[in-house]
Amino acid sequence: MTAPLKDLTPAERARSTSFYEASARTRLELLLDAGSFVEFIGPEQREVSPHLKIFDLPEQFDDGIVVGHGRLDGSPVFVAAQEGRFMGGAFGEVHGAKLTGLLRAARQIGSIPVLILFDTGGVRLQEANAGELAIAEIMRAVMEARSAGVKVIGLIGGRSGCYGGGGLIAGCCSALAVSEPGRIAVSGPEVIETNRGVEEFDSRDRALVWRTMGGKHRRLLGAADVFADDNVQDFRKAALELLGLVGPFGFDRLKAEQERLAGRLRSFGAYGDAVDIWRAEGIADAQAVPELPADEFIALANRIGRTSRDAR
Amino acid sequence: MEDLSFRHPVRARASGARRSAIVGVVASGNLEVLVERVLPDAECAIEIKTAAVGFGEVWSAVIGDFVERYSPGGLKFSINDGGARPDTVSLRLAQAVRLIAENGQ
Amino acid sequence: MTLDDIIASLFSDGHDVRNDKGVIHGSATLRSGSRMLVLGVADRTALGVDEAIKLSGHVLESIGRGSGPMLVLVDSDSQRMSKRDELLGLNEFLAHLAKVLIHADMNGRPTIGLLYGHSAAGALLATGLATRVLVGLPGADPAVMDLPSMAKVTKLSMDALEEKAKSTPVFAPGLSNLAQMGAVHMTWSNATSLADQLEALLAGMPAAQDRRDALGKERGGRLKAAEIAERVRDLALQAR
Repeated sequence: MTAPLKDLTPAERARSTSFYEASARTRLELLLDAGSFVEFIGPEQREVSPHLKIFDLPEQFDDGIVVGHGRLDGSPVFVAAQEGRFMGGAFGEVHGAKLTGLLRAARQIGSIPVLILFDTGGVRLQEANAGELAIAEIMRAVMEARSAGVKVIGLIGGRSGCYGGGGLIAGCCSALAVSEPGRIAVSGPEVIETNRGVEEFDSRDRALVWRTMGGKHRRLLGAADVFADDNVQDFRKAALELLGLVGPFGFDRLKAEQERLAGRLRSFGAYGDAVDIWRAEGIADAQAVPELPADEFIALANRIGRTSRDAR
Repeated sequence: MEDLSFRHPVRARASGARRSAIVGVVASGNLEVLVERVLPDAECAIEIKTAAVGFGEVWSAVIGDFVERYSPGGLKFSINDGGARPDTVSLRLAQAVRLIAENGQ
Repeated sequence: MTLDDIIASLFSDGHDVRNDKGVIHGSATLRSGSRMLVLGVADRTALGVDEAIKLSGHVLESIGRGSGPMLVLVDSDSQRMSKRDELLGLNEFLAHLAKVLIHADMNGRPTIGLLYGHSAAGALLATGLATRVLVGLPGADPAVMDLPSMAKVTKLSMDALEEKAKSTPVFAPGLSNLAQMGAVHMTWSNATSLADQLEALLAGMPAAQDRRDALGKERGGRLKAAEIAERVRDLALQAR
């Protein structure tokens, strides 16, 4: 038996709310300190996509992304949360520009970190050129902000995952936290299957999709430094942990990342499946990894110890 | 897409002091409702952009029931609809009225 | 123009640029006598983990011991679509390539992209769109996604898409659309010496600030991006 939602403390509400199921707005409301969030260009501004009407598609007043300022454990943060259920959380002209502007401000200020709650299939096809450009500008803006000392943390655990250009932006972040439902990749399962056939990738094999692109595999590879259970409170803790761990960006990190990625290719480049990689990492019962509950998995991943710290 | 517009006189002002609130997401079978406290106390307005064309009568009935039940005086509702069922529409409208009555801005 | 023609037209003063299974690497002597790092993707090769790690390695090695601008030649497919590449974390490899190019550009090694063939999606993001100035050659055919795939996903016919593409540059493939959006800064002529055009660009490189959204607005391809970014930036600067 649980108390009615409104009688729970903020932390209890956040712990009992699935990050995966929550809307972008709910994620921000429960992730940040209660009542601290101030939105920039909110829905009442009605800055909708100028391109969807050509395709006779419905618009959303915030164009599928919520950006603003809030506090995390008392400290200021800039935040951006994609709504994965609107157009698959995909980047369009206005959607992308909201994040670009946020990052440019962060660069100028230097001391306020940026949290990006990714939930995206990548470029919005109906605005493909604008979406692709937005992603390129965001990647540049992330690196300029990081070079100015800004920590840019990515949180991945939504319905649309973090695909396409979103995966590239995630690869530019200072650090990532990912949950079991989160996925990170460039091409989606259906696209790989359409282009290369079902033998190459059976997009309907959910277990295969999760082994290849899912949060647990990304954590074990060291692509994400922190694995969060699927609730907003765990993501809040993950964000705080990462903000504490991330150091300043510099050329050395890029050299270290080259080593990290080249080493990964050398170690695992010949393997056909994630289970082979996990076994090679020294996990005795590699097949059981997908079934492990979060706390056991986190302990296992920390024991294996792969991170991208100082090497991204 | 189809645009629909409704205005109703109402008997009472919607409670609360918040200026605006938003509920829902635009997706298949779902809708977003932006509600703003911008009208005189005895009026309400509902502006709809819907992906499901030809359901004007259904909207009229749903809106009529909602206005009768909640008397949302002073409120303008702006809806982007991805083809939601009437009960989902009613739910979102009720959520919007409750949200704008809560504490906050 | 073939890749060999392009390199010959760019670098009449000598170069050691090689194409190794679709990965271009080498350096060239400019008119001024200084050197330029040359890299890129050729023969419409898909950009996968193996290609990306080589390219990023070349950039890093050059940052360590060279100076002068970098040229990224692009005739690629999209990112490699394969189970293996995604299993190994392709997004990190592509992001890393973009990052080293961006870092070079921000730290005294201006980057120029030269799109002479195809490119798409993630490959374009990691190469041409990660440079300071992206130049197109006539006949280049960049795309974010090809129209047949778009038709399949949007459930519209090719005819319907082509019709819509007449009234907006926002989604269809093509050099002129990307130029209008602000992605491609300029298109060179293949009727005059590429070395001349390169020299002129190097002499007049824009500052490192990313102004592609403003460019897109000037050219009428993106009317909202610059304004929205600026408004959010201003609100964020006031909010702390």
